[in-house]
Amino acid sequence: MSRQMPRHLISIDDLDREGIERILDRAESFAEVSGREIKKVPALRGRTIVNLFYEASTRTSSSFDLAAKRLSADVVSIRSVGSSVDKGESLKDTIHTLSAYDPAAIVIRSPHVGAAQLVAGWTSAAVINAGDGKHEHPTQALLDVFTLRRRLGRLDGTRIWIVGDVLHSRVARSNILAFTRMGAQVTVCGPPTLIPRGIEALGCEATPTIERLHEAEVVYVLRMQHERMHESFVPSLREYAARYQISTGRLSPGQLLMHPGPVNRGVELSADAIDSPQALIGEQVKAGVAVRMAVLYELLVGSPMLAAVAAG
Amino acid sequence: MTLPTQRLFHRDRPDAELLIRSAHVLDPRTDLDEPHDILIRHGRIAELGAPDSLPAPQDGEALDASGKHAFPAFVDPHVHLRTPGQEYKEDLDTGTAAAAAGGFCAVIAMPNTAPVLDDAAILGSLVERARREARVPVGFLASITRNLAGDELTEMADLSDAGALGFTDDGKPVVSAGMLRKALQYQRLCGGVVSLHEEDPALSGEGVMHEGAVSARLGLAGIPSVSESTMVARDAALARYEDARVHFQHLSCAESVQALAAAKAAGARVSGEASPHHLTLTDDVVRTLDSRFKMNPPLRTEIDRRALVEGLRSGVIDCIATDHAPHARHEKEVPFEQAAMGTTGLETAFAALFTELVMSGELELATVVQRMSAGAALYGLPTPRIAVGEIANLCLVDLEARFEVGEDGYASRSTNCCFHGRALHGRVLLTLAGGAVAFRRPMLVDHPTSRSSGAAALHSTAGGRGRGPEA
Repeated sequence: MSRQMPRHLISIDDLDREGIERILDRAESFAEVSGREIKKVPALRGRTIVNLFYEASTRTSSSFDLAAKRLSADVVSIRSVGSSVDKGESLKDTIHTLSAYDPAAIVIRSPHVGAAQLVAGWTSAAVINAGDGKHEHPTQALLDVFTLRRRLGRLDGTRIWIVGDVLHSRVARSNILAFTRMGAQVTVCGPPTLIPRGIEALGCEATPTIERLHEAEVVYVLRMQHERMHESFVPSLREYAARYQISTGRLSPGQLLMHPGPVNRGVELSADAIDSPQALIGEQVKAGVAVRMAVLYELLVGSPMLAAVAAG
Repeated sequence: MTLPTQRLFHRDRPDAELLIRSAHVLDPRTDLDEPHDILIRHGRIAELGAPDSLPAPQDGEALDASGKHAFPAFVDPHVHLRTPGQEYKEDLDTGTAAAAAGGFCAVIAMPNTAPVLDDAAILGSLVERARREARVPVGFLASITRNLAGDELTEMADLSDAGALGFTDDGKPVVSAGMLRKALQYQRLCGGVVSLHEEDPALSGEGVMHEGAVSARLGLAGIPSVSESTMVARDAALARYEDARVHFQHLSCAESVQALAAAKAAGARVSGEASPHHLTLTDDVVRTLDSRFKMNPPLRTEIDRRALVEGLRSGVIDCIATDHAPHARHEKEVPFEQAAMGTTGLETAFAALFTELVMSGELELATVVQRMSAGAALYGLPTPRIAVGEIANLCLVDLEARFEVGEDGYASRSTNCCFHGRALHGRVLLTLAGGAVAFRRPMLVDHPTSRSSGAAALHSTAGGRGRGPEA
């Protein structure tokens, strides 16, 4: 029997390989639900999920929304703009207010590292980190592993390159942890100014050029944010694209291409690469709902102990 | 110019009349390391005698201190008392209560208050407040530049006449070498130490912790070690060129220790301090994202920590300074990046160093005791000594007593202590500062029957939860 799920999902470190696999297996069954005409199961009927987004997000917030609704939960979505959060209410006070609704789970995205962890200390709800600053984005990593596992069967021994702005990327951090936990070998590649000192401690290797990109079976490209240019992390987007842009010409046959979105066409990815059959970008998005359903389910009803509490 | 002792200010308190019986006296400067009776009369050490040899003063009491240690009281050259303007974090009363509870007989307050202590009138009003409120003598550093802005010198000579012990822009570096050079030149007129918080803002950037494997893991912007050490090297060169007296505050990394050692070897009149948290903790604890571990300079690596300990042992680093930096709860109960920088330290300094460095065998007890008061001489203040005729500046410590930090609350108004919840050994029981009892732990109760002369027993705090430190 698989070990008990953690109470919260703050970091990929909360999950061992078995826990990741359990969520992915559950996601497989929910992916089947998503193929039905009526895409709904009653698992969380009568329970409340709060989605609290302090940062702009399209795919993460909409897929959490949809995931909760497909599990029949009542969903409250709060965005910082126009809410009391916008009026200077502290995170702690906001959480106390929302906790009055007795939510089963709070999904939080914040521009600040550690926000989800803090929230977990202030509420009795299960807390799911939907991105905290540059720290982690565990559900993105899970849906990426889900997508790859579907395609490859398993990740053991798979060589995965993560290319681009690793320094500012929470996706990179969660994915390095998740990929290596599943047995893959990870290399991060990008301009030296965008590779954090000490990143090797996460269990990956680092290289400043794409010369050896052909060694990779999977090329995972990160979003390059335009503002990094103004901060002089790269001298110009033109030079960045010339050195690091992944195009079909730079992809070897059989290599799989991934990107967490949203893509800057013509910067980190060429248009032909995005549209090539090697790209899994659409499958990643599709996996988002099923994987987030699985996370909600496993945290709220999947664990034997919590299921007992819910039944009692 | 005023005498240095007149640059310390405190409220009036009665002179101590006290016999401390059979305490193990350890004063590395007077070579004392054995049990003694210490008789204090009119606030001075009147007599040192063999254990159980001296009679209690008629108008005072006798304390049985057998098994306890008496040290020269500590002097902290770096505290933030948050007055004026931020009394919700700390004030002169609570800050000096914390100092006394930690065994300190004098502290030096930093000028990054609101308003900044950059004007003789502000210093004058602070001196008046200290004379009403301070439980232990307090000295003040004024800022080097107006409003800590880095572009205009304060009226350093006037500030010195008004009682400033020296100058610092602590909390910020003096970024412009040209501006610092002018301050060092002006030191020839006004005296006083120029103390420096060393950091290159261009290298620190938006950093909130040490740059290394832990910051890479957490996605937090890092402050590289070279942000500090390059400025230490630059300013040591300026100190040498101007033959100025410069003190480097809260050194945090191995490279800075090397730069300080090189500057001393070259004959520069420089000194340095290190804090208990940098001497005992590393950036590994930041993995918890507990904002109590957010301070500037940041906790660094084990290599840096060891270099600081070795620097302290060898004397390259002259003294210990707590950088006691109280913050209100709402300033710390926020995500790490938004949290205020700093930890309190006065109440835990000795116990943290004793537990983590002496008990572990990294440092000798005598070294820690010596460095805990070595900051006094750096600022031209008299060094506490346990010797006949000296003003009573001593503390009594139970090295056996184990306690959990924060279990009885804090004397400080703030609770942001990086050692909170840790089990430490070495509890301060009594502090005499400037000849008066500044702190006495409540469990120090009278046991009139324990000795014919009516001695009070000093109970260790182990096991018992007493009341909070005296209010």
